[in-house]
Amino acid sequence: MSHTASDLTAPQARPQGRLAQRRLPRWTPLAIAVGAVLAGAGIGAGAGLGSHVQWGLIALILFVAANYTLTRAVEGRRQAKDRVATSLVYACFVLAIVPLYSLIETTVAKGVKVLNGTFLSHSMSGVLGTQPGGGIYHAIIGTLEQVGIATVIAVPIGVFTAVYLVEYGKGALAKAITFFVDVMTGIPSIVAGLFVLSFWILILGFGFSGFAGSLALTILMMPIVVRSTEEMLRLVPNELREASYALGVPKWRTIVSIVVPTSIGGIITGVVLAIARIAGETAPVLLLVFGSQVINNDPFNGPQSSLPFYIYEQYNLGNTASYDRAWGAALVLIILVMILNLIARGIARRQAPKTSGR
Amino acid sequence: MAKRIDVSGLSAFYGGFRAIDDISMTVEPRTVTAFIGPSGCGKSTFLRTLNRMHEVTPGGRVEGKVLLDDENLYGSDVDPVSVRRTVGMVFQRPNPFPTMSIYDNVAAGLRLNGRRRKQELDEIVEKSLTGANLWNEVKDRLGKPGAGLSGGQQQRLCIARAIAVEPDVLLMDEPCSALDPISTLAIEDLIGGLKERFTIVIVTHNMQQAARVSDRTAFFNLAAVGQPGKLIEIDETERIFSNPSVQATEDYISGRFG
Repeated sequence: MSHTASDLTAPQARPQGRLAQRRLPRWTPLAIAVGAVLAGAGIGAGAGLGSHVQWGLIALILFVAANYTLTRAVEGRRQAKDRVATSLVYACFVLAIVPLYSLIETTVAKGVKVLNGTFLSHSMSGVLGTQPGGGIYHAIIGTLEQVGIATVIAVPIGVFTAVYLVEYGKGALAKAITFFVDVMTGIPSIVAGLFVLSFWILILGFGFSGFAGSLALTILMMPIVVRSTEEMLRLVPNELREASYALGVPKWRTIVSIVVPTSIGGIITGVVLAIARIAGETAPVLLLVFGSQVINNDPFNGPQSSLPFYIYEQYNLGNTASYDRAWGAALVLIILVMILNLIARGIARRQAPKTSGR
Repeated sequence: MAKRIDVSGLSAFYGGFRAIDDISMTVEPRTVTAFIGPSGCGKSTFLRTLNRMHEVTPGGRVEGKVLLDDENLYGSDVDPVSVRRTVGMVFQRPNPFPTMSIYDNVAAGLRLNGRRRKQELDEIVEKSLTGANLWNEVKDRLGKPGAGLSGGQQQRLCIARAIAVEPDVLLMDEPCSALDPISTLAIEDLIGGLKERFTIVIVTHNMQQAARVSDRTAFFNLAAVGQPGKLIEIDETERIFSNPSVQATEDYISGRFG
C-alpha cells in the first residue's frame, strides 16, 4: 500500500507529513498519575471509604482509564494500547512494592524502639516476660551457629551434586537425583523437623541441640543450592569447556578452573538466597533446638534459641513489652539477611566474568 | 615438533548417524592443509576427530585409525587428554576464558597442566603472543581481561593460547569466519609463519582463503542431506583450483554446485 495524496490531506492525525504525528507531552503520564491519585483520594473521602487500599484501587483504575482515553483521542489506537500496557506494568510494580514497603516500614517503626546495645548484647536470662528489658543475644548466637553449620554441610553437598548433574550425570542415576531434589524442594519445614526428630533424637537418642536444628535446616537448604547451582553451571557456554579440553586440560581441572569460576557469582547468589530462606525457619527450631532463655554458645549440647523462634516466643507471651521485643528481633533478622545479600552481591560483582577494560 | 598425520578408514558417528564415512588421507608435517566443502559435509567433524574432540559431543563415536607419526590416536591405551596436548585447536568463534586476563589466558594451558614457574610462564607468554602477532598490541595491558579485546585480537589470543602448550599439530575450525577482512588478513599472515613450526589443518568456507594459505586442499562433499560426508579428493592446492581431477570439485569451486 502506497501513501496517496488523500493520506496526506487526511484530517488532524498527520499534521506534518507521513512520519510525524501529534504527540502528548512527555509529562502527561505523570500528570495523569497525580490527578488520578488526587481524584481517588477525593472520591474515597467523599464516599466515606475507610480503607486507603480502596482509595488506591480507585486511583489505579482512573489512571489506566484516563491514560487510554486521552491517548486514544490525541495519538491513536495503537499508542493508546501501548500506554495501557505500560501503565498496567507500572501499576503492578506499585502493587508489588506496597506490601514490601509497608512491611519494612512497620518492622522498622515498631522494632527500632527497643533496638539498642543492651538489646543486642543481653539474653532473656532473669527477665520476666511481662517486663521490658532483656535482649536477643542468645537468639542471634543461635541463628548464626545453626545457619552456619547448616551452610557448611549443605553447600558442599549441594554444589557437588549440581556439578555431577551438569558435568557427569546421565541416565537413570541423574534422573533419579533430579527427581529427589525436586521432591526435597517441596518438603515443608515441619516435616524436615519431624524427620530429624524421629531419627536423630528419638532413635539415635541425642538430646535437643542447635546441631539437630542444623540438620533439619540442611535438608531444607540442600535442594535450593542444587537447583540454583545447576542453573548457573548450565549457563556456562560449552565453547569454554571445549577450549579447555583442546588445551589438554583434564575434565576435573576444567570444572575446577574454568566452569566453576565462570559461574561463581551466580552460585554464591544462590547460596545466599538459600541461607536467607532457612534463616527464617521456625518449625525445626521449635522441634529440635527446643528454645532457651539463656546464652548457650555450644551448638552441640543443650537447647538454644534462634531469632525466628524468639519472635514466635515473644509474640506468644502477648504483652506490650514482649511485642516490642518480637518486632526488634524481626528487624534484626531482616537486617542480618540484608547484610548477607549485600555481601553476596559484592562478591558476585567482583567475581563476574570481566568484559570491559578494552 | 611438527608431525605427520595419517588417517585411514575413519568414520565418525553422532549416536546412530554416520556423519563422515571411510576417510583416508595423509597430512605432511610443516604444511597447511585446507578442508573445503559445503555446509554439513563433515569437515568440522573430521577435524575434531584429529584431536579426539569429537567424542566430547554426547553420542560422538569414531571408527578407524589416525596415526600421528606412527602412533594411533585411537589406540586402546591412549589418553585423550595427552592427545589434545599434542594436537591443539582454534575454534570458529573466539572463546577466551572470560574470568582470566590476557596473560592468564595464554598461560592457562600451561598452568592447568601444572607448570607454574613465573619466569618460565613469562617467557612462554611473550613468545606465544609474539608468535600470534599480538604482543605489540597487548604488552602494556597483559593484566586486562581477555574478553575486552576486539574479535580479531581475541582470535589471535586464542591462537596464542593454543600454541603456548607447544603442540605438534594445530587444527583451525573456520578461524576467520567471525572476523572482518583486516583481522582475517592478520590471521592468514600468521598461518604462513606458523607453518614453519607446526602442521596446520584449517577448515574454511572461503575458497580464496584456502587458495591463499594452504599447500594442499581437501574437498569434502555429501550425496544428499542425511547422507554421510565423504572425502572427494585431496591434492596440491594449485591443482585443485586449476585442474581438479573430479568433476564435483570443479563444480563446487567454480560456483556451479548446488
